[in-house]
Amino acid sequence: MNNRLINWFKFASPQSFYPLAGKMIPWFWALAAVFGVVGLWISFFAAPTDAQQGEGYRIIFLHVPASWMSMFIYLVMAAWAGLGLTLNTRLSGMMAQALAPTGALMAFLSLWTGALWGKPMWGAWWVWDARLTSELILFFLYIGFIALQAAIDDPRRADKAGAILALVGVVNIPIIYFSVKWWNTLHQGASVSLTRSPSMAQTMLWGMLVMALCFWMYSIAVALMRVRAIILERETHTEWVKELDEVKR
Amino acid sequence: MTWGSPAEFFAMGGYGFYVWGSLGACVAAMALEPILIRKRQKDILRSLRREHIAEELDKQ
Repeated sequence: MNNRLINWFKFASPQSFYPLAGKMIPWFWALAAVFGVVGLWISFFAAPTDAQQGEGYRIIFLHVPASWMSMFIYLVMAAWAGLGLTLNTRLSGMMAQALAPTGALMAFLSLWTGALWGKPMWGAWWVWDARLTSELILFFLYIGFIALQAAIDDPRRADKAGAILALVGVVNIPIIYFSVKWWNTLHQGASVSLTRSPSMAQTMLWGMLVMALCFWMYSIAVALMRVRAIILERETHTEWVKELDEVKR
Repeated sequence: MTWGSPAEFFAMGGYGFYVWGSLGACVAAMALEPILIRKRQKDILRSLRREHIAEELDKQ
């Protein structure tokens, strides 16, 4: 058998992933800080005033990264959940569980910043528009996933139930993404598209991308921190946890 | 540079409440989440350490 394949399976065990995650966390925090400083500088100082929305448009630098993350984290969470369901690996369920609260937070921030953007531009904090409603459903899917897992005592059964919910909910992601195309919505179209050149100034685009990278690094750092806590909670009575330096100290 | 003075910067062309309300929520959330996780990690480590001490005492 291939050596590389064996190594990957090695890191799929909580025992070897725990110290690895511990080593990676400071790097992701450092990257998040660097991207955050550069991104905020571009967003608030380098990017020019918008011709239509004045300075109010600057919410985009927080709103778009949070919205992207809320959708992407859901896909990753569902992928881990699906992997756990089919291969029955221990780490998968823990990963899905570690991602859910951060995803919920991103969905919440997307809705919050969206409301603060909608009020001055549309005159309403909230409208029952396809984009907004499907993002709200995403937030509820995260909350449902967390609540369902919290309600089941046996972690392995909780993982399975959560995985089914997460996988069914994946349907919502393309609905959010394409909602601005499929329906006539108040929400503006996609800010960045793969098929056509972006409709905004270069500096604005860069600000958004760097802020998105900051949100990425933040999400990875936080998810790794949480998965470490979950690993300890679930593996409390295993020998390797008892042998950890931070436990024996 | 778009800003003539700090006051102009904080006013955000009249959108101050909305822009700072968005940034404030993001910063607050992204500061609070790692603090809560760190507490969770400390709590589980504390109970693991307690168990370890109890086991050591049992052996003696």
